[in-house]
Amino acid sequence: MKPRHKRLALILAGLAALGLAAALILQAFQKNLVFFFTPTQILAGEAPHNRSFRMGGMVVKNSLVRQADGVTMSFMVTDTAQSLRVSYHGMLPDLFKEGKGVVAQGRLDQNNLFVADEVLAKHDENYMPPEAAYALKKANEAKQTGASAKQINYPTKSAE
Amino acid sequence: MIPELGNVALMLAFALAIIQGVLPIAGSFNGNRRWMALARPAAAGQFFFVSLAFGVLVYSFIANDFSVAYVEANSNSMLPLYYRIAGTWGGHEGSLLLWVEMLTVWMFAVAMLSRQLPRETVARVLGIMGLIGVGLMAFMLFTSNPFDRLLPGAADGRDLNPLLQDFGMIIHPPLLYMGYVGFSVAFAFALAALMGGQLDAAWARWSRPWTLMAWMFLTLGIFVGSFWAYYELGWGGWWFWDAVENASFMPWLVGTALIHSLAVTEKRGSFKNWTVLLAIIAFSLSLLGTFLVRSGVLTSVHAFATDPRRGLFILILLAIVIGGALTLYAWRAPQVGLGGRFNLISRESLLLVNNVLLLVCAATVLLGTLYPLFLDALGVGKISVGPPYFEAVFVPLMVPVLFLMAPGLFMRWKESSIRQIAQRLKWVALASVLTGLTAALAMSTSVMVALGLILALWILLATATHLAQRLGHYAAGTPIGKRLSSLTLSYWGMLVAHLGIGIFVVGVTLVKGLETSNDVSMRLGDTTSIGGYEVRMTDLQQVKGPNYVAAQGTFVVTRGTQIIAILKPEKRVFTVQQMPMTDAAIDRGFTRDLYISLGDAISDSAWAVRVQCKPFVSWIWSGSIIIALGGLLAASDRRYRLALKKNRQNVPTSVDVNSFIVAE
Repeated sequence: MKPRHKRLALILAGLAALGLAAALILQAFQKNLVFFFTPTQILAGEAPHNRSFRMGGMVVKNSLVRQADGVTMSFMVTDTAQSLRVSYHGMLPDLFKEGKGVVAQGRLDQNNLFVADEVLAKHDENYMPPEAAYALKKANEAKQTGASAKQINYPTKSAE
Repeated sequence: MIPELGNVALMLAFALAIIQGVLPIAGSFNGNRRWMALARPAAAGQFFFVSLAFGVLVYSFIANDFSVAYVEANSNSMLPLYYRIAGTWGGHEGSLLLWVEMLTVWMFAVAMLSRQLPRETVARVLGIMGLIGVGLMAFMLFTSNPFDRLLPGAADGRDLNPLLQDFGMIIHPPLLYMGYVGFSVAFAFALAALMGGQLDAAWARWSRPWTLMAWMFLTLGIFVGSFWAYYELGWGGWWFWDAVENASFMPWLVGTALIHSLAVTEKRGSFKNWTVLLAIIAFSLSLLGTFLVRSGVLTSVHAFATDPRRGLFILILLAIVIGGALTLYAWRAPQVGLGGRFNLISRESLLLVNNVLLLVCAATVLLGTLYPLFLDALGVGKISVGPPYFEAVFVPLMVPVLFLMAPGLFMRWKESSIRQIAQRLKWVALASVLTGLTAALAMSTSVMVALGLILALWILLATATHLAQRLGHYAAGTPIGKRLSSLTLSYWGMLVAHLGIGIFVVGVTLVKGLETSNDVSMRLGDTTSIGGYEVRMTDLQQVKGPNYVAAQGTFVVTRGTQIIAILKPEKRVFTVQQMPMTDAAIDRGFTRDLYISLGDAISDSAWAVRVQCKPFVSWIWSGSIIIALGGLLAASDRRYRLALKKNRQNVPTSVDVNSFIVAE
């Protein structure tokens, strides 16, 4: 093999590796990017039904209900404009509290019940998850402009 | 008064850093030896003053000086002494001081152990490290001074975050920072080579032990962090692809590429350009990682807005360091040259492929980590990139890297043949595929588990075969002890690190593939089962710690009639911050960990309990330690010390840098 051919082969191999990585990334992004929706957005039908996403807001006080098995729980999450019931099987994080911010990841079922497979509430007790804060802010803005939530044009992304 | 002493010491160190960053480098270009000679004493002085400042901050924590704002925010008089000391690096300001302290430690070590280097190189290396110090200390003095006073002083502190009150907090940050900052030595060596326009095998031999040591510290640091998260967070995960973890993993990936590339540059004189570029990227990612974790940008990009000076400063600093280094690279790299030629089928080619794959891995992690931040900063919306993305991208890229580790060992430098390699590895291939498949079938698991096991066995067996062949080269009758001891530490280091990778892969594969978890509600006397064990709740009590109260459950684990372990997980509430925390109880074993955590009280007598069985998780930890040990062995190779000794005896009186470095 001539040196020029060798270099060409190496460059091609490098490009192939990069191409493979790019393809993997694109595919993984397509499948696994998790989008965030506020309760208002979800009830307006903007959230997908067939794919996992994140939602967040404040846990409504006195809304935590424990099922008979003791380890399945459900609670309401609100962005102050709308609220949505979330159910979760497993152990809630240490910092989960009624009246505090929460972010949950999971799927929406047919009856607008959000079935979470992960509940996040991190850091110290005064900390508000950035996504939950975002949901409250959005709802607040919507109230102030006096428009109904459904007409607001949120920065949405199509899920697929 | 004492905190002010720390402040003054920091300012003096800052002034020394400016001198060290300017005069020696200038001197190396205009031949002014006095200016160049300033580098070593300035580095020693910086080490002294930064250590003094660091000591003062530690003292303020020990003495409970709550008139220092940083101490007030991160400590409390009820905190045990060792956590008060660890509290020194519990927040943003103190971590920066720790970072700079580590920088001066490395700087001082370079100053002491560089007698054999040409004067110009020492001046440039220490000068560049001085400039890094200038940037970091300016950041500290102008935006995040740990010695800022709180007037009037507080009666007591707000306490260290309970999650950080653990032995891990004492060793994890120093180890990690030793690693991060250690790459600054490789970075400084690379820039010095670019400035001189010369780079050769001797250069690679100087920077190799430093890079290996930094890489070893980083490996240990990441390991301790992961180990800590595993038992401390209470839910049994050991890697979350969290941005904070990724920040330390990216420099590790690039650092791994770098130590291999340095090997090629030293042995064969190839990859010169590439090595320099990797050194620049490794340190840039370390710097980025430090700021990602400590700036608050991960909590929210808007954390920057609460103190815009900090954000701006960080961006400018990153732009100067990374931009400056890359500009120098673009300008001078052609002079450094590519180095020796090699055949397409050769060890060089394989290492290059591995290098590229590792770099691509680091790039995909970087993309997944920063993409959500960019979108958020641009106000386009909120997304998150979770473990599924990283696993989907990372695993397929790692498979060829792991696969190539075996033929890479057997390939000869410069030119080799595939047939020869196939000949040597065919039994290894057969054995690993058969054993891997049998084991996977016996445990009736997924294809991924089988693949992971096969790859791990492939690496382990190939590495062992290589050692056996190497030992077989000696004349018949040579005692085994002599054969073993005649191998270099460098070679042992490589073997050990590769074996560590194999062990690590076994652990990851089996934990991922076979772990089981069970969330149940339990009353006293209730029994649940996991992984063939019976777990029975026998007691529940209230216990009191130094700064918390806790509910403590007692669980008896049995298999058949035999008692395996008695585990006592706790649910703690820390009194100062009123923060609850899960303290899991773990029965560690060679082939499995049993992991019990206590959830919430469901009623007066019933508690939510999570029991987990994690097969082979300890292999992840032992694998990581063995990998780090490999780095240590390789860094202790005799030839690095020999070079030091030999040159001490005849220090060149006047060295022209161009004649010192052998032209390629």
